Amino acid sequence: MKLKIPELAVVALIGPSGSGKSSFARKHFRATEVLSSDYCRGLVSDDETSQAATNDAFDVLYYIASKRLAAGKLVVIDATNVQTEARKPIVALGRQFHCLPVAIVLDLPEKICHERNRIRPERDFGPHVVRQQAQQMRRALRNLEREGFRTIHVLHSLEEVDAAEIERQPLWNNLKHEHGPFDIIGDVHGCFDELVDLLTNLGYSIAKQANGDGAPAYTAQPPEGRKAIFLGDLVDRGPKIPEVLKLAMSMVAAGTALCVPGNHDVKLMRKLRGKDVQITHGLADSLEQMEKESPEFRDRVSKFIDSLVSHYVLHDGKLVVAHAGMKEEMQGRGSGKVRDFAMYGETTGETDEFGLPVRYNWAAEYRGKAMVVYGHTPVPNSDWLNRTINIDNGCVFGGRLTALRYPEKEIVSVAAKSAYAQPVRPLVAAAVAAEPELTSQQQHDDLLDLEDVIGKRIVTTRLHHNVTIREENGLAALEVMSRFAANPKWLIYLPPTMAPTGTSERVNLLEYPAEAFSYFRSEGVSRVVCEEKHMGSRTVVIVCRDEDAARRSFGVVGEGIGISYTRTGRRFFDDRSREKELLENVRAAFNAVNFWEEFKTDWVCLDAELMPWSAKAQELLRQQYAALGAAARASLATTVSAIEGIAGQNEDAASLKQKFERRLEAVNLYVESYRRYCWTVNSVRDLKLAPFHLLATEGQVHIHQDHVWHMETLGRVCNASDGLMLATAYKVVETADGDSVNQATAWWEELTGRGGEGMVVKPFDFVARGRRGLVQPAIKCRGSEYLRIIYGPEYLLPENLGRLRNRNVATKRSLALREFALGIEALERFVRHEPLRRVHECVFGVLALESEPVDPRL
Amino acid sequence: MILTMTYAGENATDLGYLLHKSPFRVHSFEQPFGKTYVFYPEATAERCTAALVLEIDSIGLVRGRRGPGGEGRVLEEYVNDRPYAASSFLSVAIARTFGSALGGKSKDRQELADSALQLEAQISVVPCRGGEKLLRRLFEPLGYDVNARRHPLDDKFPEWGESPYFTITLRREVRLSEMLTHLYVLIPVLDDDKHYWVGDDEVEKLLRHGEGWLREHPERELITERYLKHQKRLAREAMERLIGEEEPEADEAAETHTREEEAIEKPISLAEQRMDKVVGTLLARGAQRVLDLGCGEGRLLRELLKEKTFSEIVGMDVSHRALEIAARRLNFENMPGRQRERIQLLHGSLIYRDKRLAGYDGAAVVEVIEHLDPPRLAAFERVLFEFARPKTVAVTTPNVEYNVKFETLPAGKMRHKDHRFEWSRQEFRAWAEGIAKRFGYTVQFLPIGPEDSAVGSPTQMGVFSIQ
Repeated sequence: MKLKIPELAVVALIGPSGSGKSSFARKHFRATEVLSSDYCRGLVSDDETSQAATNDAFDVLYYIASKRLAAGKLVVIDATNVQTEARKPIVALGRQFHCLPVAIVLDLPEKICHERNRIRPERDFGPHVVRQQAQQMRRALRNLEREGFRTIHVLHSLEEVDAAEIERQPLWNNLKHEHGPFDIIGDVHGCFDELVDLLTNLGYSIAKQANGDGAPAYTAQPPEGRKAIFLGDLVDRGPKIPEVLKLAMSMVAAGTALCVPGNHDVKLMRKLRGKDVQITHGLADSLEQMEKESPEFRDRVSKFIDSLVSHYVLHDGKLVVAHAGMKEEMQGRGSGKVRDFAMYGETTGETDEFGLPVRYNWAAEYRGKAMVVYGHTPVPNSDWLNRTINIDNGCVFGGRLTALRYPEKEIVSVAAKSAYAQPVRPLVAAAVAAEPELTSQQQHDDLLDLEDVIGKRIVTTRLHHNVTIREENGLAALEVMSRFAANPKWLIYLPPTMAPTGTSERVNLLEYPAEAFSYFRSEGVSRVVCEEKHMGSRTVVIVCRDEDAARRSFGVVGEGIGISYTRTGRRFFDDRSREKELLENVRAAFNAVNFWEEFKTDWVCLDAELMPWSAKAQELLRQQYAALGAAARASLATTVSAIEGIAGQNEDAASLKQKFERRLEAVNLYVESYRRYCWTVNSVRDLKLAPFHLLATEGQVHIHQDHVWHMETLGRVCNASDGLMLATAYKVVETADGDSVNQATAWWEELTGRGGEGMVVKPFDFVARGRRGLVQPAIKCRGSEYLRIIYGPEYLLPENLGRLRNRNVATKRSLALREFALGIEALERFVRHEPLRRVHECVFGVLALESEPVDPRL
Repeated sequence: MILTMTYAGENATDLGYLLHKSPFRVHSFEQPFGKTYVFYPEATAERCTAALVLEIDSIGLVRGRRGPGGEGRVLEEYVNDRPYAASSFLSVAIARTFGSALGGKSKDRQELADSALQLEAQISVVPCRGGEKLLRRLFEPLGYDVNARRHPLDDKFPEWGESPYFTITLRREVRLSEMLTHLYVLIPVLDDDKHYWVGDDEVEKLLRHGEGWLREHPERELITERYLKHQKRLAREAMERLIGEEEPEADEAAETHTREEEAIEKPISLAEQRMDKVVGTLLARGAQRVLDLGCGEGRLLRELLKEKTFSEIVGMDVSHRALEIAARRLNFENMPGRQRERIQLLHGSLIYRDKRLAGYDGAAVVEVIEHLDPPRLAAFERVLFEFARPKTVAVTTPNVEYNVKFETLPAGKMRHKDHRFEWSRQEFRAWAEGIAKRFGYTVQFLPIGPEDSAVGSPTQMGVFSIQ
């Protein structure tokens, strides 16, 4: 005997002690699916028979059951369940998680139960217990349906128990195996002509056909492999309701369309079945038009609507369709509430100025992975919000009939030929009030949710698997983000940290190009690009074609044509007029090379260095770098002159003098070093911006272009700039070619010899993979004079250098990879127009990782 | 860094006997932080100068750092002034290199050690946190003739201004041990940092070295506080022991009482008035479950806890560190259970929507909004008034018009370095009324602090009530 149960259900096994529930459960279900009350008694009390532990045991049992059901896993409750009170929580669980309660009753002769209990020493209760349980169970049989069990199986004999087989059935709404492509059509409301036009535009060929009872029916031949989906509300208000029904019913019957029910459809069905419903909201139109049809047709319509499934989950769970939308926790589940939500949505209990119920904005809270396409509430324009879209454009009110092509995400509309009805709430008024200069998503993104950033987070990235952000690191990031960061809508990227070369053993050197080349060689990277490293401050620059482009692409209004922000997301300039001047200057350079047309974009995001160092690091310079120089020069000079007088007298004094002279010289070199990176800035003309990555433009993250492309493309822009933008010098090096390596090394020596910071070595390709996966996106190799700023003025003294060589770049490198992956992920999500929280998650992650304890000198 | 001490007098080279270091050679000593050298740049019968030079191994110090301890933050960086500036390292060097001289003992010239001599000390360089003024306030009351030369940050960039470093010269007729003691105590005070952990025994050290001069020093409180690294408990203890030894005379006692009375009559501080007003407002509006948004280290929370009416108090701040301090200050660990259940601290931000903040009767946002960048205010407004939606919200912020009344505040400057704006009454009113209109609240404005007819009160408060 086959016992059919839904694939997602909460199953109550019902039967007295000894009826064989546990054996039955073991035989038919996975061990993890079965929750036994006895086992839970054991968990909480060490005694599986302890009646005193019953309440605690069931607390545990229901807790586990709810976790499983929330995760969409079947649950079998192995307890006697003979009393109504025991079954109530099971039905309640089913309701809470929108899955069907199932009862499987083992109604065996009491004798068998007694027999079994006798041979089990722990069940030494008298036969009266079983007798009482059996009586309760029989009473239960009459009540199960009323209690809310939707599937009830009763097994009356050992033979039936033995013969039983469980058959799990997919829910009606589970069409995950249907992969489309689909054409999803919004609320039609009897607009037959528009529907035919729309379907024709979508490539369907529609033909009229006389069928058996003389009424016309239709055939609709879809384009190869496609299928239509009607989002319900086929009826009411419009002029040709029966025609719409005939076409839709024919298509569903022929398998060329799916259809979910709308509230209007169901109300019509109830009326057709003689129920007492209010004739409002256009139902009268349906009734009047249906009156002209045959009773058989009316009957077919009624049956058709009755057969519709509340919503569908399609394409491996990636697409959900329902009339009024579908929350994540209800998707693919079945209950009265799910059906109600699918047809009506949820209301907040308030009414608006037109007396209509205020709808709960489930889409704003939606965090699900599946795309949800719905209708129900007419909106003037369809746009995306958190992977959901409403495609009811109010055709019957004179708007448009709209379809969404899936997976293309393309919107196809036809205008209404007439306004067939007047909406209670004006269709356009709402739009005017909200000033639709921002899309729904952009408006929604005005505010981020704390839940989307705090706690331990795991971010899935395209480049480097999952990146884990620890909770403690998030704490620091939240503070920085809240107190200092710019508008998060601008923050589509934060640069990764960069590791230095391995430590050189050469005399008077801590870093040297050889180690950078050997790293890449060992990773199997044969070609690298060396770029001059500028000593300024890192900045990310976003420039838009104009302020309107900033609104369209970033959803930012009134903040100018772009931004320059630091590696912690803070605005680079406190002086907004200086920022404006800089951005306009950069834009002019991009204008000059026709960049916008060439890249089909309205904006560009650059990774760059802004000089001088003193422009941003003023505070640091004064409090730390210059202060040290002042203190060191004064004190060492005094010391040297104090020894001077006696240096001639004895050897100790002479060597001490020499020592302090050397120290003074080191300090003087240190001061020279930092001075090189400082100059006074009176206007934008005194600044230099050196861009080195053309990170992203509309629709594209340029990680598939190699670094020479980045250098050359940006070089063209820099050359067009009137002095602000600085092209970076670079060299391509073959890591296995000695000459090539030697030339690059000589170049580095020349750069650092004239006081340059050094160079950055990058794999030729923007993203390179080596023996152990992702390769460092860049390795810095800094000059020995520059390093005085990092390791202190006297680091090159032999007694110091030896100790400083002991440094470990491994942690920094691991961090660099994770931050790189997160930064690129943020950009990828941004260019795909994902909700801001998804972009912000990555950017926040970079900031959080920056609070990892790493040697700050690396 | 270098300290020189010059003795001009008969048999000047006897200075070598006082320091227990021969004037005719170079001495070097290993120290935990590096090395010290002693030599005599000048050693004639009329004039003798001893030099103490510290060579601090900054790399060793950074590398050998253990745990968060009490060491100065600057030691986390190789680029720091410690190897070159006089600090607590100099005190340690004096004690270790000139221990007997510091104690006033001389094997061969005890009489000289006991006599006041014409001495001159020069240090290059001393970081003076508090400038030359403080330097003089510390040494002049002790009878020193003070000469100070300040060094610029960088002579190539005069616009960067002065550095905090001075080369100082002190002259006085004084016993050598006294002068060393003064330097021992006051150099770290000028530097206002210490390289080691300051614990209870540091109080003993201060009292021992301060014997005979600290009690009478007009800056004894500042000296105590800085010497003990601003650890209030230790400073209090030291002050008690320092002054507690004084037996107040009759007249003095009377004066003390007068002063106490004055202190009571003196208007309570603005911060206290603010808290009083906010607590009073929340009570008056019948709030029971309340939020303190931007609670910081918990001053307002403490006041809220005192009112039994508040059955649930939630403090939120964006700084996790501030919350830790709040938990300690409010003594969470030893709070009775019932009391502890009333209060909760949340780490959160006012510009992210936060479900945990929904459903409260009242919220206090005291001196918080001016720390938000103006473009981020829109997010804050929605977080609080659209989503958290407390029935009553009390927002306080400085009234910039009142700034002219603060004598120490330069014109045009804001009261706090992190303030992103300070509003006039008009500006605050416009902002608050906009919010009320948009989010369905009414708003009332109240002054906090002494009200001036022209410029209003120092703090302004808007009280919002849900409609």
